[in-house]
Amino acid sequence: MIKEEIEQIDKKIPRKAFFRIAGAGAAVLAVAAAGCKASMGDVTLANTDANDVGAGDTGLLNYALALETLEAAFYTQVVLTPYTGITAAETSLLTDIRDHEIGHRELLKAYLNTAASPATITPTFTGIDFTSRTSVLTAAQTFEDLGVAAYNGAAYLFNSSTYLNQVGKIVSVEARHAAVIRNLITPGSFADSTAVDKNGLDLGLLPSQVLAKAKVYISSAITANLLP
Amino acid sequence: MNIFKIIEEIEKVGPEANETIAPRRAALKNLTGLGSKVATAALPFALGAFFNKAYGQNVTPVSSNGAAANDILNFVLKLKYLEAAFYAKGLATTGLIPAGDVPVITTIANQETAQVAFLQSALGSAAVVQTTQGTAGVYDFTGTAKFPTVLTNYDTFLSVANVLKDTGVHAMKGQIPNLQGNQSALTTVFKLHSVEARHAAQIRQMRKARTVASLKPWISANLTGSANDTGIGASVDAYYVGETNIVQLGYTMTSFVNSAITTATTNLSTNASIEAFDEPFTMAAILPLVAIFGVA
Repeated sequence: MIKEEIEQIDKKIPRKAFFRIAGAGAAVLAVAAAGCKASMGDVTLANTDANDVGAGDTGLLNYALALETLEAAFYTQVVLTPYTGITAAETSLLTDIRDHEIGHRELLKAYLNTAASPATITPTFTGIDFTSRTSVLTAAQTFEDLGVAAYNGAAYLFNSSTYLNQVGKIVSVEARHAAVIRNLITPGSFADSTAVDKNGLDLGLLPSQVLAKAKVYISSAITANLLP
Repeated sequence: MNIFKIIEEIEKVGPEANETIAPRRAALKNLTGLGSKVATAALPFALGAFFNKAYGQNVTPVSSNGAAANDILNFVLKLKYLEAAFYAKGLATTGLIPAGDVPVITTIANQETAQVAFLQSALGSAAVVQTTQGTAGVYDFTGTAKFPTVLTNYDTFLSVANVLKDTGVHAMKGQIPNLQGNQSALTTVFKLHSVEARHAAQIRQMRKARTVASLKPWISANLTGSANDTGIGASVDAYYVGETNIVQLGYTMTSFVNSAITTATTNLSTNASIEAFDEPFTMAAILPLVAIFGVA
């Protein structure tokens, strides 16, 4: 079936030209989709959905911005309305983390403004009891572990080495956060078996997998239909 | 979707494709073979990356023959050999590690050992042999007399651990651009790299609990104005060069408003700007830093 598909394509465009297109960023989607669906006609390359983060590197940066926006809003609320029994040391750590996330968000937003409209999301923290230490820290652990897995899982999708480097600079700080939050919940759980596998590797998740978990905290519509 | 099946089908289409693809089979295995962890959903992108490489536009040699990727993974393996040996030596040294800290150091040691085994397995016969390191595989953890009490004073041990962890983060981060286009190797290094950062935060918190109350789990400049907060002196300044950087993607981070502070317009602090990003080090910058222990 695939053979026939390719022969058909072959008749329409010179093969060398086709593969040159195939290597060019977003069009990879078309080739991959053709490989799976065996249908070139069904693939939409243009992103017309305002709630979608978009394709390619811009889509990936918008996706990162959505996650950082979520984290920044969360820690802003945590520091604004501290949970019962919060210690000075905990306040200091959570304030630092808040400022790091705001830094990540502002950088991505400023950068995206030069190329495209940054994604806007409306965080919602229904289900998180900000007066409860357990509730807040459990949510924080979810955000941080998810952030690490999101960057680890999306790294290979970047076309630009500049962006790839930049997410590399961010992900290790998210991992430091994750370790600290985990230790606040259970001392010594910074890299336990729920975070690190038997090979000593952290998790990695694709945008679709991350958004499925993050969506509960976002009240506005957000999709990443052009990312895997 | 069976990626090899698709390639076979393409090969049948014409001799031109066959010629181009046949020598690149190794590249395809390199893209998908390491750890065999590529999710089915990710395969279309492995395929896309393969085409990118196979029909080369500005192709780096990394994915086309695997050689450069192996060099980078071996570099990471050497650092992992050092760290695995360091924590094993610490645990084996009677009276060094307080009983309360043994479980955490054991967790780190076990993960280092697992990472060594994983990299050895991924590299196969190309893996550098541990006994080529140090003196027949035995390291000098004093760093050529820089840290003479590393195995007799637990605080020195933790400070050296702090240096090694932050250095591991710097070193792996520096290799990220060199692995671009090689999905499996890049993703593996990302996953090793974030675990290293978890460990770094943990070691820093242990130092904080013992001796340095204001030490942070992230690299800052809050103690001395220098990013070297290891407590073992200027001799390790070189391990933190560039960590006080506050410019990212051309933006000065302190020019951004800190939206959480609403009583007055306040920009992001210098320390937050430093802490929010870890910086990459090149292989050339890292090698002399670890050569003092015997990494070769």
